[in-house]
Amino acid sequence: MMGLENHEAQLYASREEMESLVLDDDDDNNNNGTNPSSRSNGGANGDGSQHHHPLSPSSPFAEISTTDDDDPLLSSSSSSSSRHQNPSSFNSFLEPPSYADAVFRSFDGDRGKQINGHGATSTSSPSTGSDYLKVSVTDPQKEQDLNNSLVPGGNSFVTYLITTWTNLPEFNGTEFSVRRRFKDVVTLSDRLSDSYRGYFIPLRPDKSVVESQVMQKQEFVEQRRMALEKYLRKLAAHPVMRRSEELRAFLQAQGKLPLMKTTDVASRMLDGAVKLPKQLFGESVVSAAVDPDDVAQPAKGGRDLLRIFKELRQSVINDWGGTKPPVVEEDKEFLEKKKKLEDFERESSNVSQQAESLVKAQQDIGETLGQLGLAFVKLTKFESEEAMFNPQKLRAADMKNVATSAVKASRLYRELNAQTVRHLDKLHEYLGVMLTVNNAYADRSNALLTVQTLLSELSNLSIRIEKLEAAASKIFDGDRSRVRKIEELKETMRVTDDAKNRAVREYERIKENNKKELERLDKERHDDFFGMLKGFVVNQAGYAEKMAGVWEAVANETSGYAKSSLMK
Amino acid sequence: MITTQTSPTGGGGLLSPRSPNSQPPFLSVSVTDPAKMGNGVQAYISYKVVTKTNFPEYQGPEKIVIRRYTDFVWLNDRLFEKYKGIFIPPLPEKNTVEKFRFSAEFIEMRRQSLDTFVNRIASHHELQQSEDLRTFLQADEQTMERARSQDTGIFKKKPSDLMQIFRDVQSKVTDVVLGKEKPVEESNPEYEKLKRYIFELEDHVAEAQKHAYRLVKRHRELGQSLADFGNAIKLLGACEGDALGTAFSELGAKSEMLSYKLQREAHHLLMNFEEPLKDYVRAVQSIKGTIAERANAFRQQCELAESIKLKEIDLNKLRLLRSEKMLDAEHEYEELKADGQEATRRFETIVRLMNEEIVRFQDQKTQDMGRAFHEFAKGQARLANAIADAWRSLLPKLDSLSVS
Repeated sequence: MMGLENHEAQLYASREEMESLVLDDDDDNNNNGTNPSSRSNGGANGDGSQHHHPLSPSSPFAEISTTDDDDPLLSSSSSSSSRHQNPSSFNSFLEPPSYADAVFRSFDGDRGKQINGHGATSTSSPSTGSDYLKVSVTDPQKEQDLNNSLVPGGNSFVTYLITTWTNLPEFNGTEFSVRRRFKDVVTLSDRLSDSYRGYFIPLRPDKSVVESQVMQKQEFVEQRRMALEKYLRKLAAHPVMRRSEELRAFLQAQGKLPLMKTTDVASRMLDGAVKLPKQLFGESVVSAAVDPDDVAQPAKGGRDLLRIFKELRQSVINDWGGTKPPVVEEDKEFLEKKKKLEDFERESSNVSQQAESLVKAQQDIGETLGQLGLAFVKLTKFESEEAMFNPQKLRAADMKNVATSAVKASRLYRELNAQTVRHLDKLHEYLGVMLTVNNAYADRSNALLTVQTLLSELSNLSIRIEKLEAAASKIFDGDRSRVRKIEELKETMRVTDDAKNRAVREYERIKENNKKELERLDKERHDDFFGMLKGFVVNQAGYAEKMAGVWEAVANETSGYAKSSLMK
Repeated sequence: MITTQTSPTGGGGLLSPRSPNSQPPFLSVSVTDPAKMGNGVQAYISYKVVTKTNFPEYQGPEKIVIRRYTDFVWLNDRLFEKYKGIFIPPLPEKNTVEKFRFSAEFIEMRRQSLDTFVNRIASHHELQQSEDLRTFLQADEQTMERARSQDTGIFKKKPSDLMQIFRDVQSKVTDVVLGKEKPVEESNPEYEKLKRYIFELEDHVAEAQKHAYRLVKRHRELGQSLADFGNAIKLLGACEGDALGTAFSELGAKSEMLSYKLQREAHHLLMNFEEPLKDYVRAVQSIKGTIAERANAFRQQCELAESIKLKEIDLNKLRLLRSEKMLDAEHEYEELKADGQEATRRFETIVRLMNEEIVRFQDQKTQDMGRAFHEFAKGQARLANAIADAWRSLLPKLDSLSVS
């Protein structure tokens, strides 16, 4: 209190700064520490932190408090410019908080397990012991596409440096890098979808339909970089995907990505269109049969128009036809689980919305506390400057106390919110995971449809054969062309039967994959959600305790007023 | 409740002599039991005013009367008229928004403010002697109503009149501040400083009060979203089942419980922090009224001084001419001089009282705000502790569920 008079001059100069600092502070902490370049104090930052064990406590989130210990009002990250304006005058007016801290680190020991956290990669690694596969995406560079450019000198694209650290045996080496562009990621994702039907495959980042000018903007590139990193890390965390040949090739093969490109739509349509007339007019009956190898793949848009038509017809029969198809989804357990997941999805969505409101409410209350503190600061300054009586000085001192505490509490709310967002983000992630589950279920349905279609085919073929045989037997010696036709049909039937068997095997395989993945998901969900709940609760409790401490101090210091009273 | 003189100007001295046998004199008032009276547009709230005293001027040790808001306004106006120079304690505003007129919260807030109002009057060493106060505290309702309706003419000051005075004062002060000197204003630099202080103070306190009010709202909003969040999580728990489902349900329940605590704290904050700040603003506005009165008194004094001077010149002229009007003129002159003295006396009283009052005001405000800060901090600490306890108590359950 006695320091008031000495610092009045500095107060005046710093008041405006205080206002702008406090009031502009709100958006910087919501980045959740995903901005490695802005961390400049202490500890490992950005790429350097990749070497830390995922469960170490020194992930960048701890950095938030250390930059703070000079001053409760200076923001922790982005306002590095304002950090150097008169820190001493702030310190003199508002005492440095005693909460720089260690207490921060004691919250939430699960911090390292975040999928989207910086230094962490795998959330499901406990079972794999000391295997690790860490990936980082950095250093976006603009490159020119010298071939294939219709516009001379045009067509530039961005490549990213993909660095991997691993001790998995199938990789040659423990640390290596390649450069890849977004198109390569699309290819990787498509190939994985083909090879791993039935699995819950993480969704790749969206292609963005934006103009080339936007493509080159730093913000867009940075967003994409983060999204790519998140995606690759999810793949690396998946127990099956991480061992895939496709991922290995992507991460390690130098030069051009050695995976078959997804052919563009136009050429696919062309292929399909060429095949279709032959198939329709039955130039060769045999060629109307489905290629047995193809049944392991879903009907690809364009290339197998005939197959698509057939499967479409089958699905219509399934839905609208009178008879039940020969093979149906019988697995009750599967259906139950599916329903349960749908319920889960619906309720999680609701929780996610309410969580957003909660975060907003926390943010608002923090902001208002800050503004209240600031108003009291102004009032304090006014009273001390204009003081003509002693009670004013006393009042000013009390007010300063309250103002400081309100500002501290305001900052605590902001930090609490950043953490809350991080925890409740888990929910958002699982909502995303639901999409991958739906894809896996789609694989299953498609495979079943293929089986059903083939079974229909077989049944049609056998009816035709029966009819032809019945006709032929009436005439002795038979019709040579008819006999030949019967032979052809029988051959087709054999091929089709073969295809059907493969399709059934594929279907069973996918079913098995679904089941395994569901179990894995349940287990992970169980662990992740408990982690989320616990983290949320610990945070709320921790910050509440800090706030209680701040206010208890003020209550104690003003307890003298509680005893005297001029009014009831 | 015993009234104590905590003013640093020392006990202003009670008029009643203290006899060695009796207790120290006290006057204790409380405003309680708001009740809705009447119907429709005519409906209003009545309050029970309980007076306990040993002042000789009062009838008996205890008296209970029924009063309504307009009665308080009457008292305020009378005191303002009679005790110029004293900062009359502020009244809560008349509520013009129909919707809230009978909300429980509004009624409680008003009751509290009215209680504070009367108590401050009863504790003020001069105001407590007021006859109007006695009437207010003791008269039966008919007498009270008669007194209220008689309050016409020169004594009747509607709030709108006061506002006009405030505005006049404000413009006059600004004129002075801006350097547009008007000859009829005091040129007392300390007083100028005080006036500027008062006007700026109002702005600052009003801003703080605005944010305090918003803070109350924020508490309510946070409470609401905790309730919604808790509910949604409980639903999620219900469809999840097993250990995880139970965990969700417990968390949801805690969240809903905390929502209730937040609403409680919002109310506490409103009554014990926001209201005192609002009261502070009103008090400052009341001071502005006194400033206006002082300006009036000064102007009157100056005008009379002018008139006296002119009259004197006139008189001398008449003396020289040996006119028969001289005697009348002398009379008038003497009257004017008496008026002038009276005006000067009135003005000087106001100045003296104001000087005492400003000291008392500063001290009282420090006490009031100190208490408000204390309640604020206590409430926030209590809330934070409740939140921490609630969440902490959930942890062991969560731990045991996560391994089951």
